[in-house]
Amino acid sequence: MSTTSTTIVNLPDQRTARIPKRNYLNNEDGLLSWLFTGDHKRIAILYLISITFFFFIGGAFAGLIRLELLTPQADLVASDTYNKFFSMHGIIMIFLFLVPSVPATLGNFLIPIMIGAKDLAFPKVNLLSWYLYWIGGLFTLAALVLGGVDTGWTFTTPLSTHYLNTHVVTAATGVFIIGFSSIFTGLNFIVTLHRMRAPGMTWFRLPLFCWSNYAASILMVLGTPVLAITLVLVALERLVGIGVFDPTKGGDPLLFQHLFWFYSHPAVYIMILPGMGVISEVISTFSRKRVFGYTAVAFSSVAIALFGFFVWAHHMFIMGVSNYSALVFSLLTMLVAVPSAIKIFNWAFTLQKGSITFETPMLYAFGFLGLFTIGGMTGVFLGALGMDIHLTETYFIVAHFHFVMVGGMLMAFLAGIHFWWPKMTGRMYPESLSKLAAVTTFIGFNLTFLPQFILGYLGMPRRYHAYPPEFQVLNVLSTAGATVLGIGYMLPLLYLGWSLKYGAIAGNNPWQATGLEWQIQSPPLTENFIETPIMDHEAYDYEWLAHKTAQEVTTVG
Amino acid sequence: MHISPVLWQFLVKWLNASALFPREASTIAPYADALYFFLLLITVVGLALVGILIFGFSIRYRKEKHPVAIQVEGSTLLEATWTIIPLALFLIVFVWGALLYFRIYNPPTNAMNIYVIGKQWMWKAEHPGGQHEINALHVPTGRPVQLTMISQDVFHSFSIPDFRVKREVIPGRYSTVWFQATTPGTYHIFCTQYCGTNHSAMIGEVTVLSPDDYDKWTQESTSGMSLAQNGERLFASMGCNACHSGSAAARGPNLAGVYGSKLQLTNGSQVLVNDAYLRDAILNPSQHITAGYAPIMPTYQGQISEDGLIDLVEYIKAMQSNYRVQQTLTTSTSNQAAPTTPGVMKP
Repeated sequence: MSTTSTTIVNLPDQRTARIPKRNYLNNEDGLLSWLFTGDHKRIAILYLISITFFFFIGGAFAGLIRLELLTPQADLVASDTYNKFFSMHGIIMIFLFLVPSVPATLGNFLIPIMIGAKDLAFPKVNLLSWYLYWIGGLFTLAALVLGGVDTGWTFTTPLSTHYLNTHVVTAATGVFIIGFSSIFTGLNFIVTLHRMRAPGMTWFRLPLFCWSNYAASILMVLGTPVLAITLVLVALERLVGIGVFDPTKGGDPLLFQHLFWFYSHPAVYIMILPGMGVISEVISTFSRKRVFGYTAVAFSSVAIALFGFFVWAHHMFIMGVSNYSALVFSLLTMLVAVPSAIKIFNWAFTLQKGSITFETPMLYAFGFLGLFTIGGMTGVFLGALGMDIHLTETYFIVAHFHFVMVGGMLMAFLAGIHFWWPKMTGRMYPESLSKLAAVTTFIGFNLTFLPQFILGYLGMPRRYHAYPPEFQVLNVLSTAGATVLGIGYMLPLLYLGWSLKYGAIAGNNPWQATGLEWQIQSPPLTENFIETPIMDHEAYDYEWLAHKTAQEVTTVG
Repeated sequence: MHISPVLWQFLVKWLNASALFPREASTIAPYADALYFFLLLITVVGLALVGILIFGFSIRYRKEKHPVAIQVEGSTLLEATWTIIPLALFLIVFVWGALLYFRIYNPPTNAMNIYVIGKQWMWKAEHPGGQHEINALHVPTGRPVQLTMISQDVFHSFSIPDFRVKREVIPGRYSTVWFQATTPGTYHIFCTQYCGTNHSAMIGEVTVLSPDDYDKWTQESTSGMSLAQNGERLFASMGCNACHSGSAAARGPNLAGVYGSKLQLTNGSQVLVNDAYLRDAILNPSQHITAGYAPIMPTYQGQISEDGLIDLVEYIKAMQSNYRVQQTLTTSTSNQAAPTTPGVMKP
């Protein structure tokens, strides 16, 4: 391969290459071998299939919402139906897709391999968490099939407890159970990262993907129980009227807001941190460089997790929290923005003096950098007390969190899926089609959500079924963008499915990446490593890799 | 190329209206917009910087140009730069935002007060002079207006985008917001907190009138009975005056002039008597026993609507002497009892 080539992809000779005879996919046969597996890689695949299923259900609701908002009048569906659409969209996308997305799929698959372990610390708990995910998912689907739920994903009292007669308790039970799945995943990661690292794998030799998942796991374990308690209180209030949140019984509806956001703000970081880990891996690999300021990036993940717990009341600035607590929470919100800014610049400077190629994961990562910068900066708008008054509860906030969650997290998820697809399946995805998908997604995303910032500043409230006619043009643009975005998300589903059978054989290390996961066969053996690896170099050590490759050539040749 | 007529119509409509920013119709709006433009500026600069770095490095260090990467560990100086500069900018935004927040939420003392009740799915405005409006609000230019708001059922949120003000309307407690309108015209009122089926129909219009027009409107639309007068009738019909009679031997504390004063409670604490305190003391009297009085007042939870409570609060607010209590005392004991006020829920 010439040095002026524009790609680092290094595939084995396709005429002789074969998928390894023994690997985790064909180690055992039959559906039951999957349903009772303890293998973290198989569980990751189960999760991947499950979250993809829920992603497209949630996406369908998003499509229906945008279709309704094409016209100012309430003409496609009834108001109650529209309210159910956005409620189901939110509940499914957040609890059944975003929270488990990267940790439960890529994290499950990669963390043990990255640290040189055979599996997670508790393989059976890992399987249990997938079952809990599905039990919760079935409750949510039941709520949907039985007639839906229209609380919004926030389950706000007293609306959810006293004024709605939809399947609130069913949906809340679903979310409650899914919460335990995420607690178990977090617990598993924490124990695994503490106890199962291979010899020589010190904390500061861990890939940054592990650091960010570690930070997210802490949030899952500490935050999710609060959500569980809150939902139990909502259910009790609804069923027996205990009155914790009911002002007529001496309760306080604001208490619900505090409890709910105490989980749900950290949840935002549960969703984004693992994505940041993916971006670190991808950018390093495709610029052939160690991540700029490794320790700063690692510690900024931990800083985000730490500060993330103390900013929840910025969701309540207009709800009459005291002036002093508003000040404190606004200040802490500004502080939590700083580690994200640090990361963005560290990633940008990782490119400096690198040797950059532009494969699909890198394109998604670039998309992430741009969109996450906008998402993060608009978060500063909302953290500024006086500005928040005008912007909160409008489409500005909708656009803001979609930039972070979809523009950030989903881009990172897709970057990660493309990046590790060869490792998970042993086959490459089609390169040009996937680049098209990445570009389509980016364009569609911007067209969908940039107009919503303008709508928000103009004052269009969120969760509106009908809206004043002067907002129509921007809404039409947004719906048009959503169509493009939908195509951008359908494409990977199709070509990744295609590649399972027809993709080129990837070989061990198609990207010539440094992580331990790339030094073993693809797809890996069930036991990952034949002998326990010994880590004798830093993460992202491309010189070590070059040296190793050179030696392999000499021994073979 | 042929452009579809539908698309063409949209583009023309948009370019004609071309609203990228809402109107500035209150004294607060220019302050809010100033911060918004500053934030937009730092966003655009930040985004441009990230863009330049990514594209610059991508072009300069792409594999064709730069086949072998040069390993760089990091740089404390650069790390410090991009920690301190964003931090400084964010702190400026914090201070600026906080100043704006206090400007928006601290009403001037001379603000005129209007009560707003939110309920599924309408806004009810009650002017002290006895004007009642549904999904509408009339205010004059050039005078600060404070809204004292409460919800009768779920969370709502009262928003006037063109004024850049918004506040959550909460069940069980008063929240306030104020503004001073500058330009006559009509502006949207939105409920911005999801409140159930017809959330998007919980909208209204605020009509800003010149002071003369406003006076005319006030004269023409009064119901003939001020909130305090309604409150006076309610005070009598609920039997409040039996104890709060203002006489020395009364079983309840004297209410004349109580509004705005500091009250000593039996539990030793001191409270400022404001709208919220009065409302709580009616609904939850056992928590608020004035020092020197026995805890004999029953709760009125569920017996008085939010409208009725506002009437009572207005009445007590306006009560500077016991003259009117004595009057109502006579009325209620005579056979010419005051008729029940509309909006009073009979237990």
